[in-house]
Amino acid sequence: MPFIPHTEDEIADMLKAIGVESIDDLFEEIPSHLRAKEMLAIPEGKSELEVTQLMQSRAAQNPQATCFIGAGAYDHHIPAAVWQITTRGEFYSAYTPYQAEASQGTLQLTYEFQSMMTALTGMDASNASLYDGASSLAEAVLMAVRGNRKSKSRTILIPTTVHPSYRKTTHTIVHGQNITLQEVGYDKTTGVTSLEELKTYAGEDITAVVIQQPNFFGQLEQVDEITDWAHENDILVIAVINPLTLALLKPPGQWGGDGTGVDIVCGDGQPLGAPLASGGPYYGILCTTKALVRQMPGRIVGRTVDQDGKEGFVLTLQAREQHIRRSKATSNICTNQGLVVTASTIHMAIVGPEGLENTAAACHANTNTLIEKLTAIDGVKKAFEAPYFHEVVLKLDRPVSVVLSQLADHNILGGFDLSQDYPELGDALLVCATETRTAQQIQDYADRLAEVLDSETGMKGAA
Amino acid sequence: MLIFEHSRPGRKGAPQAPKEKAAFDDIPKELLRQQRAPLPEVSEMQAVRHYTRLSRKNFSIDTEFYPLGSCTMKYNPRACNSLAMLPGFLSAHPLTPEKHYQGYLACMYELQNMLCEATGMAGFSLAPMAGAQGEFAGVAMIEAYHRSREDHERKEIIVPDAAHGTNPATAVMCGFTVKEIPTLGNGDVDLEALRAAVGPQTAGIMLTNPSTLGVFERRIEEIAKIIHGVGGLLYYDGANLNAILGKIRPGDMGFDVIHSNLHKTFSTPHGGGGPGSGAIGVSERLKPFMPLPVVAKEGDQYRRLTEEDCPQSIGRLSAFMGNAGVLLRAYIYMSLLGREGMVRVAEFATLNANYMMAEAKRRGFDLAIPDRRASHEFIITLKKQAKELHVNAMDFAKRLLDLGYHAPTTYFPLLIPECLLIEPTETEAKEVLDGFMDALEAIKKEAETDPDLVRGAPYTLPVKRLDDVRAARQLDLAWSADTQ
Repeated sequence: MPFIPHTEDEIADMLKAIGVESIDDLFEEIPSHLRAKEMLAIPEGKSELEVTQLMQSRAAQNPQATCFIGAGAYDHHIPAAVWQITTRGEFYSAYTPYQAEASQGTLQLTYEFQSMMTALTGMDASNASLYDGASSLAEAVLMAVRGNRKSKSRTILIPTTVHPSYRKTTHTIVHGQNITLQEVGYDKTTGVTSLEELKTYAGEDITAVVIQQPNFFGQLEQVDEITDWAHENDILVIAVINPLTLALLKPPGQWGGDGTGVDIVCGDGQPLGAPLASGGPYYGILCTTKALVRQMPGRIVGRTVDQDGKEGFVLTLQAREQHIRRSKATSNICTNQGLVVTASTIHMAIVGPEGLENTAAACHANTNTLIEKLTAIDGVKKAFEAPYFHEVVLKLDRPVSVVLSQLADHNILGGFDLSQDYPELGDALLVCATETRTAQQIQDYADRLAEVLDSETGMKGAA
Repeated sequence: MLIFEHSRPGRKGAPQAPKEKAAFDDIPKELLRQQRAPLPEVSEMQAVRHYTRLSRKNFSIDTEFYPLGSCTMKYNPRACNSLAMLPGFLSAHPLTPEKHYQGYLACMYELQNMLCEATGMAGFSLAPMAGAQGEFAGVAMIEAYHRSREDHERKEIIVPDAAHGTNPATAVMCGFTVKEIPTLGNGDVDLEALRAAVGPQTAGIMLTNPSTLGVFERRIEEIAKIIHGVGGLLYYDGANLNAILGKIRPGDMGFDVIHSNLHKTFSTPHGGGGPGSGAIGVSERLKPFMPLPVVAKEGDQYRRLTEEDCPQSIGRLSAFMGNAGVLLRAYIYMSLLGREGMVRVAEFATLNANYMMAEAKRRGFDLAIPDRRASHEFIITLKKQAKELHVNAMDFAKRLLDLGYHAPTTYFPLLIPECLLIEPTETEAKEVLDGFMDALEAIKKEAETDPDLVRGAPYTLPVKRLDDVRAARQLDLAWSADTQ
């Protein structure tokens, strides 16, 4: 019996100590007519060898095509040491550090993680992570509603340049609490949030405004202007960021003309040490100012001392959390993304600040090279004329889905089709080239796309 | 020492990242950093040594017995990890075209089905990334269901006072008010109080079965009748599914929606606090409301259902596929166990718990609910020791750490004073359970003969007892060069 160590003798001894005849007697309190029948839809157990063969054949069904998709998850190199250490049993099979003295490894690592997040974002404090970027935006919105004492409207301005899935997820999570998510459009030329449209809300009671930087299109928003405008109007600012880009871009803790910074930062930590892994697990970032620390949801690790004055780490400010405050908790959150945070912390330590800068710069340079080669093809042009970082929207002259399908048949994942979420952009494709894309792979993409767009079959595929 | 304290300006020493910094002068200067982010600059070996040493300051299932009640700290099979990290899965972007993704989607589809069969539910969504998110989805579906019937009176969710804190917190997040009902001394919900509490305002009830008190809710069918009778729905908190897997199914008990904690029952790694997964199962009438994505099979092709396919869905809970890697690990685990293996889980988890409970009684401990069978966990109360010897559950917990055991869950459920909630799980051998009971008994004797010793524990760990109060009053949540 897999994973069950009991021998017949031991079972007999245990039953005797309990005072029953059989294991079945231990279930006597369950009404017999409710007892489950045999679960025939579940196959019989497999040996590890059989499962290995099954999983290898399933994994092999993915041809592992060259990836030029970004859209919130990025293909970066992760040093070999990162997951080797992360999957050590002492990290892998440890529990939430409720018994602090027996969990100093996890607790200190998490404190270091929090410190690294504040370093990257320029904010005062970070929590120990939330589930993912999308749900972290939802939590940031809830936090802004709690934290903005000057506002009663519970209205949040959300530009449509924020990741569509983040907006959908936020809607799912907050709409049960009488919160209004008000969309704000973008400028068709620059691909960034329309300041003009934003400013029409001046004088209204708005709780918070969200800015994603770089935005979903890869375009660079006017973060200083928006931050200043918001604060002048008693509106809190929530920044959505990609933490790798913060190695080069000005951190949200310094946005605004005088560099006072935003109020809440959220986003997804995947680019820092989490493999693409079919979609997860990644982790949600949440950072804030000193003023709003006690409104943060999720776990927080604090540094303290023990009885002998020695440095140690504990979960702190637990009175915010569900296990203490129950229906009055800041959120119902219980877990964080512990193992992924472990990997991310080790990743940042090994790659280092200069390594992160070089990686981010290489992503931008590769994307520039990709754009240069792709826009040289007839029928391909940039959608927007304004600065961007490491991701770009291209306009094609025919349906993107057909083009992507043909590229996929040649083992190239050409990008993300924007036509569903942004029909007003027409045939638009979001592309990204990270530091892991070689010059050869970029050239191959350009050559293949030229073929696809050049031939008649490019049109036939639409049928 | 912190990693920051090993840092020296200009130190690197890993062949990581491109060697040179490419140009980025097409970016406006005012959008760029002026100063490098103050991250630690260490060599690769320093990082490896630092984090390896940190790992050795942790208790873990791989190194210690970890009888945390309601957490189900069973062995995490290594094959689940290595197979989930096969390159074909690991390298896949979540927006990979489905035709390249069929192997992964097949695993997810089969996982949905196996979970349905194991729990007696009609449909399953793997979207929620944690038990609490699963609870949110479940209660949100209850809200969506009543709204679809245009019944706007349903404003209350009933929660037993023994419930896990996430239950009432979740109900409030979904816009409900919480009505608490008492639990009787024998562990069952107070049916009279329940009857008085229900009415046209009842949206539903959230229950755990076996309850957080470690005993089976015997009158579950009556509870289901009362709630369904007034038009409400039943939500099942699956935290204790390990106790009943294959023996009784929540769907058969009358539950309309359940969440399962894959990181408990299905052995995905606890990872120092996550990631988990709170996959949710529904009855037929709640199927239209399931959160996305859900994997469907059409002919021999698998695909993810979209908002167009499921217009009544409560929506997305994450940007992509939820905790995909966790789901793969659960699938592999269930494949290794098979149907007969799953039944053995509940049998031996229950055997182990009842054996420990009998031993606890024999060795003179007070049981919270002495006259009932334990499920997969049971509760000892140290009320007597706390009152007479001034040695409480916290002290016992800390002293257990010295003896090489992770303490059980303490002070939960809130109803039982000075309690230890003990859940051995099925993967532990008899001698481990005996060793733990020996340790517990030894501490009980120490409490009688040398209480100061117990109160001052732990002594043998990297730190002694930590000052929680100071941590909350003098907030130090991040290292910074300025404060050193």
